[in-house]
Amino acid sequence: MNVELSSGLKAKRSNSLKSLYKMELVRISTAGSVDDGKSTLIGRLLFDNNALTKEQEELVAKKTAEKGWDDLDLSVITDGLVAEREQGITIDVANMYFSTDTHKFIITDSPGHVEYTRNMVTGASMAETSIILIDARKGLLEQSYRHFYISHLLRLKRVIFAVNKMDLVEYDQDRFLEIAVEIQRMVEGLNAAVPYTVVPVSSLKGDNVVKPSENMTWYQGKTLNGLLHETHPDISESQPLRFDVQHVTHSQENGFVDYRGYSGRVISGTVSVGDTLRVLPSKKESVVTEIRRYTETKDKAISGDSVSISLADEIDISRGAILVHPDETPEPQQTVKATLVWMDEKDANVGSKWLMKAASREFPVKLQTILQSVDPTKKNATDNKNVIALNDITEVEIRLSQPGYFDAYETNKKNGIFILIDPQTNNTVAVGFVKGE
Amino acid sequence: MKNQHLYDLENESIYILREVASQFKKPVLLFSGGKDSIVMAHLARKAFYPSRIPFPFMHVDTGHNFPETIEFRDAFMKELGADLIVRYVQDSIDQNKVQEETGKYASRNSLQTVTLLDAIEEHGFDACLGGARRDEEKSRAKERIFSVRDDFGQWDYKRQRPEPFQLLNGRIQFGENVRAFPISNWTEEDIWSYILQEGLELPSVYFAHNRKLIKRDGQYLAHSEFVNIVDSDEIEERTVRFRTVGDMTCTAAFLSDAATVEDVLKENVASKHSERGARIDDKRSESALEDRKKGGYF
Ligand SMILES: Nc1nc2c(ncn2[C@@H]2O[C@H](COP(=O)(O)OP(=O)(O)OP(=O)(O)O)[C@@H](O)[C@H]2O)c(=O)[nH]1
Ligand SMILES: [Mg+2]
Repeated sequence: MNVELSSGLKAKRSNSLKSLYKMELVRISTAGSVDDGKSTLIGRLLFDNNALTKEQEELVAKKTAEKGWDDLDLSVITDGLVAEREQGITIDVANMYFSTDTHKFIITDSPGHVEYTRNMVTGASMAETSIILIDARKGLLEQSYRHFYISHLLRLKRVIFAVNKMDLVEYDQDRFLEIAVEIQRMVEGLNAAVPYTVVPVSSLKGDNVVKPSENMTWYQGKTLNGLLHETHPDISESQPLRFDVQHVTHSQENGFVDYRGYSGRVISGTVSVGDTLRVLPSKKESVVTEIRRYTETKDKAISGDSVSISLADEIDISRGAILVHPDETPEPQQTVKATLVWMDEKDANVGSKWLMKAASREFPVKLQTILQSVDPTKKNATDNKNVIALNDITEVEIRLSQPGYFDAYETNKKNGIFILIDPQTNNTVAVGFVKGE
Repeated sequence: MKNQHLYDLENESIYILREVASQFKKPVLLFSGGKDSIVMAHLARKAFYPSRIPFPFMHVDTGHNFPETIEFRDAFMKELGADLIVRYVQDSIDQNKVQEETGKYASRNSLQTVTLLDAIEEHGFDACLGGARRDEEKSRAKERIFSVRDDFGQWDYKRQRPEPFQLLNGRIQFGENVRAFPISNWTEEDIWSYILQEGLELPSVYFAHNRKLIKRDGQYLAHSEFVNIVDSDEIEERTVRFRTVGDMTCTAAFLSDAATVEDVLKENVASKHSERGARIDDKRSESALEDRKKGGYF
């Protein structure tokens, strides 16, 4: 190892001190079937963006030599567990980080194996864009349908289909077009509103990942890296205010007399000093006197901000309360219709009881009705089952032990989601997307 | 000009810290005196201001720390007004719970685990906040924000709970505890940029200074009574800094003139080495950290 750190100080990279300037934090996730090349693709993105550390480069060189490959084995960068490298598959989500002059990316490598679909959902839930890989030789597989369906369910801002391993089909344009047509059919079949793009790549050789391909001059579009740079963070300022109270801060310290602030996060919308807020569930109202973040006070907080709000009146507010504008109050629900993605080995039936966690609220709920199970591949039309099993996507009706104040996921993502917790095992067993009436 | 991505990361970390304070009965913040725990402590200060940070700090002291770090730690705690619990690996050794390693590469780094688990049990802590980052190491990249550990502190990647939308489930059985990582999504560069932006103080070993060193296997170690010096070692005096401050026995120094946070940032960006490259204990084997984590290490 080279200890002369300063010798490398010629700063080949133009982006020195880039982090001091405004950059966008963008989250991307990958999906696709086993062995489509997701891990290799992420490795390639990092490698060609000059974002690998020396240690990572050494690991790649070592593993490549061990396997005796001509091309670099870039999958070892994300496959960080011993079991993964031994089996050559991804088991658990890995988060990788890299930045360019304008963007800071958090990219999750998800496993392709059906067994680990829950990890794919987790990876994609925070993402603005998901990349679904397709093996050019195989075309769309069951997992492609499933992952596209989940991306659609998540209402991602964009899906990029990366048709990978183009080197194994002689970089053939016709093959690419065939797959593009298959994709178009899938999207139309779902009536899906997700904007999508298709790009032909070879992760192993590097075509169209960061560098434009010399082998596919017939492709005029942007490289994958170019497409990722069109992504911007999702900030929902124009939506109704939903403020989640996580914690009540009382203080007599730091020169404050009887400070009381409701600490939490602006889930959606904006809140300003002087606004009248309604507290749910109590429905009491009061005016915002201060919005604080540490020693700084602000006129306004927007979606995503972690702040503390003080009100003019002393009202009883505790963890789990929601603050809203009175004219935009969500309806209290006794039951919710939702799409569940089931994540546990143990099945569920009508009557199953769980704890629901939505923002800071946690309360018992019960599965009232199984409305319909969804088959993303559309092979078996609507096969109605009365059990919910691992990786199933199911539309259900859930009875709540206290009123929910959800918005439909479609109109307000952050206030339209929940997880279910098994009270016996404490496992997170499902994620739910609230449906509108 | 507001630094948007640091602001976003700060939003996320404050959210996580508040979840920990609310979901657990007895959380503790593990404080090593290194840059990541300093940033974490600063974020905790922000999350609960104007009230005090609602949990104590704990340092598992291997006895092989840089004296500069310990000095900094005590001054920092005093300024913060937080309670600090210190537990010593030496005590675990004296009680014959662990055995001191011998030989050239002897280190107390993995012995810490036993002292940590004992302290967790002694105090009944149900959550330990740690400053680990996912960009540090390949098995860290797989860590959840809430990582459930069994009675023996073991990490089982197969038991990891999904965290869609960062909805954090901290429910545990008796005897289990959670390791919570509020700065999971920060990179080393983010940490340094944030230190610069917020004007945070750091132990002096992070900046260029003259030091007596042991040159071994092409790397420099700080000269100290804790390192077993062998014939092939060369003793030199050089201007160096440390990118991570673990134990003196297993943290390598970099030759550097970077005297300020800005210099450090520039130099780190230009260098392609990761800070973990300076952790000699991670090089024992390819899966050194994963193995230690399975055994209850942080
Ligand atoms: N020829 C060729 N091989 C590729 C390409 N991309 C990936 N591969 C190979 O395909 C195999 C699987 O690649 P991975 O990156 O591990 O696939 P993955 O999608 O991450 O697999 P899972 O995570 O287990 O689902 C490896 O042998 C890769 O080297 C490509 O563009 N061309
Ligand atoms: Mg993979």
